Amino acid sequence: MSDHIAKAFDVDLHELNRMVAEMGGLAEKEISESVLALVRRDADLARKVIAADPTIDALQLEIEEKSTLTIARRQPMAVDLREIVGALRVANDLERIGDLAKNIAKRVLATAGEEFPSQKLIRGLERMTSLVLSRLKQVLDAYAARDLEGALVVWKTDDEIDAMCISLFRELFTYMIEDPRNITFCIHLMFSAKNIERMGDHATNIAETVHYMIEGHPITGSRPKGDTTAFEMVPARG
Amino acid sequence: MNVASMTAPAVSHAASDRAGLHEKVMIRNLDFYYGDHRALKDISLSLYCNKVTAFIGPSGCGKSTLLRVLNRMYDLYPNQRAVGEVRVDGRNILDSKTDLNLLRAQIGMVFQKPTPFPMSIYENIAFGIRLYEKLSRSELDGRVESALRRAALWEEVGNKLSANGMSLSGGQQQRLCIARTIAVQPEVILFDEPCSALDPISTAKIEELIDELKDDYTIVIVTHNMQQAARVSDFTAFMYLGELAEFDSTTTIFTSPKDKRTQDYITGRFG
Repeated sequence: MSDHIAKAFDVDLHELNRMVAEMGGLAEKEISESVLALVRRDADLARKVIAADPTIDALQLEIEEKSTLTIARRQPMAVDLREIVGALRVANDLERIGDLAKNIAKRVLATAGEEFPSQKLIRGLERMTSLVLSRLKQVLDAYAARDLEGALVVWKTDDEIDAMCISLFRELFTYMIEDPRNITFCIHLMFSAKNIERMGDHATNIAETVHYMIEGHPITGSRPKGDTTAFEMVPARG
Repeated sequence: MNVASMTAPAVSHAASDRAGLHEKVMIRNLDFYYGDHRALKDISLSLYCNKVTAFIGPSGCGKSTLLRVLNRMYDLYPNQRAVGEVRVDGRNILDSKTDLNLLRAQIGMVFQKPTPFPMSIYENIAFGIRLYEKLSRSELDGRVESALRRAALWEEVGNKLSANGMSLSGGQQQRLCIARTIAVQPEVILFDEPCSALDPISTAKIEELIDELKDDYTIVIVTHNMQQAARVSDFTAFMYLGELAEFDSTTTIFTSPKDKRTQDYITGRFG
């Protein structure tokens, strides 16, 4: 895409991209460190993750301010407008990822002294985290390069993470049934696994945003879902 | 910028665009010449009833030329000719048998620079009506008031109709010109950069007026101001070097245009 006649407009958009990339890097680091703290039972690392979350929040606010200012000053149209809307959406997803990582870190502190019932669980969590990190990196690269194909690959594979999460849940159930003393710790682990799965969902959201930025319309069709467990419909009162 | 001029224009005729729409003006294969210079090249598009269509494009693209074909203004000048079809309610107005005075009452025009007659406010409005109709004084009074109300000017000038039209402010003069156009009961109103000479508040009032007028008229507006086109129009035609590059709903043109030239123009990458 050629440059704008008003160079300052390009400067504004580059700055937005840079801030989103910085936020992405921080989010990836938080994911890695929060799960590392969990599997190593490392309280100091957990505290470090919690302390780093405000930085991610602050970046999101900066991105919102920059976007608002750019809209007011430049009255962007078409692809430029979608870029700014895209930056706002991606910043939102990355901020939520930061919160989910912080939540895992808090559970590390809440379960101090507890040990994992099995090495298999640790490996399961690590595999799931590794997959989420790789998808997040891939989708952030696709965002930076405005790569539609790269984004679509991420969009289509969300179900893998869902499947891993269900498998972890099943394993946790067996430990809880086996020994009630495992329940508290296993519940924390379930929430942590769910948080990692939600991080994967946010990566998929970012893929959808990249599609919108490039194509100008949302992806049609439902995203692949790996969680096919039945659920009950409860009618609302009134 | 090297652009292939033989690319077919991205003219959207999607069903969703046309649902509930009635074609007021149909332009088909229109060419326009200033002497030997072909200023408009094979233009085909539709202007829909009770909708605002904006013509945008860089300087020299032919948007004002196209506008002026619609009421045959070019007939006033030598060595200018239009070839093709411009059908208003099915009748080709390029036909030599067309009554140009009636045409210009049916298709009114408001220009960039307000052009009130050097007469009273009342006479500015009544002058045109008297050319076409024989009305009693009270009927004429009623028509003048109605036109001024419709142009959102009555509240400001209703008690000083004998004042000279040229004593009004720029924004008021432009609304007087709109009232003058409306007074002869047109069906289509053409606006050629109507707000270029006005301050932001007068501009906002004119835009608000255009939004109200489309309930009763079909409106075409040429504008250099893309934000204005995005605000006031329902459909937008992007013109480039005498060609129609893209025509679609305003929403589509300004959020996801199909032609790269349109995108480059509206995002300030050229033009």
